[in-house]
Amino acid sequence: MTKELDKEYYKAERKAEWRNKLRKEIKSKERTNVVRVHMPEADPNVRNKSNIEVNKGLTLEMAVSESSRCLDCVVPTCVSGCPVGTNIPKFVKYIESGDILGAAKVLKENNSLPAICGRVCPQEIQCEAQCVYVKKLSKEGSAIGYLERFAADYERESGNSSIPELASPNGIKMAVIGSGPAGLTVAGELAKFGYDVTVFEALHDLGGVLKYGIPEFRLPKDIVDFEINTIKQMGVKFITNFIVGKTASINDLKNEGFKAFFVASGAGLPNFMNIPGENFNGIQSANEFLTRVNLMNGADANFDTPVHTGKNVVIVGGGNTAMDSVRTAKRMGAERAMIVYRRSQEEMPARAEEVKHAIEEGIEFINLASPIEYFANVNGMVTKMRVQKMQLGEPDASGRRRPQPIEGSEYDIDVDSVIIAVGVSPNPIIQQSMPDLEVTKWNTIKVDENMMTSIPGLFAGGDIVRGGATVILAMGDGRKAAQGMHKYINETILAEV
Amino acid sequence: MFKIVKKEFLSENVARLVIEAPYIAKSRKAGNFIILRIDKNGERIPLTIADADMEQGTITVIVQRVGVSSHKLCAMNAGEMLLDVVGPLGTATHIAKIGTVLCAGGGVGVAPLFPIVQAMKLAGNRVITVIAARTKDLVILEDEMRAYSDELIIMTDDGSLGTKGLVTQGMEEVIQREKVNEAVVIGPAVMMKFAALTTKKYNIPTVASLNTIMVDGTGMCGACRVSVGGKTEFVCVSGPEFDAHKVNFDEMLNRLKAYKTKEAEGYRDYLKSLEATPALV
Ligand SMILES: Cc1cc2nc3c(=O)[nH]c(=O)nc-3n(C[C@H](O)[C@H](O)[C@H](O)COP(=O)(O)OP(=O)(O)OC[C@H]3O[C@@H](n4cnc5c(N)ncnc54)[C@H](O)[C@@H]3O)c2cc1C
Ligand SMILES: Cc1cc2nc3c(=O)[nH]c(=O)nc-3n(C[C@H](O)[C@H](O)[C@H](O)COP(=O)(O)OP(=O)(O)OC[C@H]3O[C@@H](n4cnc5c(N)ncnc54)[C@H](O)[C@@H]3O)c2cc1C
Ligand code: SF4
Ligand code: FES
Repeated sequence: MTKELDKEYYKAERKAEWRNKLRKEIKSKERTNVVRVHMPEADPNVRNKSNIEVNKGLTLEMAVSESSRCLDCVVPTCVSGCPVGTNIPKFVKYIESGDILGAAKVLKENNSLPAICGRVCPQEIQCEAQCVYVKKLSKEGSAIGYLERFAADYERESGNSSIPELASPNGIKMAVIGSGPAGLTVAGELAKFGYDVTVFEALHDLGGVLKYGIPEFRLPKDIVDFEINTIKQMGVKFITNFIVGKTASINDLKNEGFKAFFVASGAGLPNFMNIPGENFNGIQSANEFLTRVNLMNGADANFDTPVHTGKNVVIVGGGNTAMDSVRTAKRMGAERAMIVYRRSQEEMPARAEEVKHAIEEGIEFINLASPIEYFANVNGMVTKMRVQKMQLGEPDASGRRRPQPIEGSEYDIDVDSVIIAVGVSPNPIIQQSMPDLEVTKWNTIKVDENMMTSIPGLFAGGDIVRGGATVILAMGDGRKAAQGMHKYINETILAEV
Repeated sequence: MFKIVKKEFLSENVARLVIEAPYIAKSRKAGNFIILRIDKNGERIPLTIADADMEQGTITVIVQRVGVSSHKLCAMNAGEMLLDVVGPLGTATHIAKIGTVLCAGGGVGVAPLFPIVQAMKLAGNRVITVIAARTKDLVILEDEMRAYSDELIIMTDDGSLGTKGLVTQGMEEVIQREKVNEAVVIGPAVMMKFAALTTKKYNIPTVASLNTIMVDGTGMCGACRVSVGGKTEFVCVSGPEFDAHKVNFDEMLNRLKAYKTKEAEGYRDYLKSLEATPALV
């Protein structure tokens, strides 16, 4: 579909009887005067001691009021900011009309995980940043993310959840490697085309980072399970405890009749800083800490997996992973839960909302500082970290100002637990098991415009292609790959018969 | 779910379990391990694949009772189900015709040593095996080892079986007697440390199989990291075998203690709960 066609399509839809009527009910001027809704939040001093969800969701009245702000633009620029092309004005207008289940259906046309995206997508830099309110009116954009979450939650809670329409089964077997957002999306999309889809997952639970990384207070596990369950109801099969490249190779799976493959193995490998003392006890990667807490329930005494935290906990890093770790450490009883980040707060890659929530919860921010060494007691348990102050120099390749150490500015912080959240590298298992597969110098998998790798029939997407990115970009890749795989099957397998 | 088809005790605290896992049985090689989880509250624990039967679709693991999870596992019986078994994990042992290979195993490390002894022998090497234990009753896999070794030396701390002494004494005896082209050592970290120091004296290339603490086993958490030649390596994906002369064993010994207090408390509470409900034992 070209951009032009898209425009016409949105224009035509906008002319529907109900949309015309709805638009006329309120003058545009009045719409723009409505104040953007504020998301109700749990009390910071209560939530930082429990796992309750921080954002409480909108009420029906709030959602309808917010959706009335949307101007139902002739050219809905918001859509261009959405990596999966959600039909934003249509779902928002359904909410305004009171047909919330209709809104949920629209969301699911392009997005099999709306309740998840409504919670974790960086809307403020995607759809909402492209909204006419921001672009032309210098006002806060439509709260598209909140409305997405509202519609998805409403549908789930109503018990009237719909399953997308599926083409009749064609019996062609497709394999998906990894059950994170990229893998789940490709599975859902392929099921819609009528394929017989199996998802292989290395861990014992499904969802990838959605389960082992992002904590309950931001993304409840039952919501992830609910959305996975919808994909199951679409006929997708899931096999856990199965590592492709180890338990069986791609070739073994080919021999079992799989015709095309999608690798969505993520960027799970944690980076360390390689500084003295980093392997002392009490120093762990964010992935280890979050996995012990989220996947293994380590913080619950009824579970066998232990997890280490302390009174003085430092998290090194400034992304979403660092925010999730520090807020989890606070919830596990840390008196001082600190972020040590080498740039300033404005430059933090974490979502602004998460930084705001962290500050409200009593997280300390030590900005413009970087660890250079760790010290331990006689038992090898970390007790102290030495940090060096930084200043910002000229912008680097990423456009952010480069942090430079200030000589002689070192000082020590007492710690009994340190969590390293300085980025991740691609999971290496598939690449190791397929020496012919072309990779970049960062060990991410190379793909063409259809998301196909250098090996015909083998596609890839999400963090394994991009390096650590976002849920919605992983899903965008999944959608694109499903199209590519469908095309591949039509051109090869089906063309032969 | 993964069915236990057979269970027996090899010594008081060491059990052998045969588990149905057809895919793993087919693809495993010497040096590989699995991670299993007993039930939904269980932790993920790594165990070496000691043997496999492709036709039956089963794998064998040998587990030593040291804490809550291994205790629960040793208490399970044939017919019962394990919730999760994933594998084969890790990089397989490099097996080639090298000449004379000295294989040394301590304690339950004898279990992961067995598939390597077997593969080294089948690759046409002269295999001399030294197995060590505190006392006679703790010696495991004697017959299996004998079947695949050109010579088997048994060392016990108290001299109740074989020769009295440590594994390193048995190794020295062989090294002084004949040319050894490669050594493989598996056992408790301290034992591997001293075994590595022994072979280093004689410049014998040596491989050690490291049993660090693990969570996912797929390179995602970094819990298993060790320093090898000054570089951080993840044992679960780059290992478990490394050049023993380059491993920082002191750091590894320290990291193995990371959860010691918590685990010990957990085990004590668990044993107490068993006493309270004796019917469960
Ligand atoms: C703590 C944390 C917080 C985050 N917060 C946000 C946020 O707020 N918003 C946002 O948009 N993004 C966030 N992200 C990033 C986002 O989660 C990732 O970009 C996204 O999950 C990538 O999706 P994926 O499907 O590519 O891979 P993953 O979610 O990493 O899933 C990969 C899956 O593949 C499995 N796997 C790997 N190898 C194999 C194999 N060989 N065989 C079988 N299975 C295999 C893995 O076990 C895993 O389950 C966060 C990430 C982290 C770690
Ligand atoms: C690659 C690999 C292969 C292994 N193969 C085997 C095997 O074939 N048979 C076997 O019995 N064990 C093996 N282990 C060790 C086994 O995983 C641990 O003994 C087990 O996880 C202990 O669990 P637990 O809950 O019973 O004890 P915990 O309560 O976790 O620990 C009790 C005590 O045991 C010690 N311990 C814990 N984990 C380990 C470990 N990974 N290595 C050494 N000591 C540990 C600690 O000192 C701890 O205090 C292997 C480990 C690895 C990493
Ligand atoms: S750009 Fe903003 S106002 Fe216009 S349709 Fe999209 S959300 Fe509504
Ligand atoms: S066990 Fe997690 S990285 Fe090795």
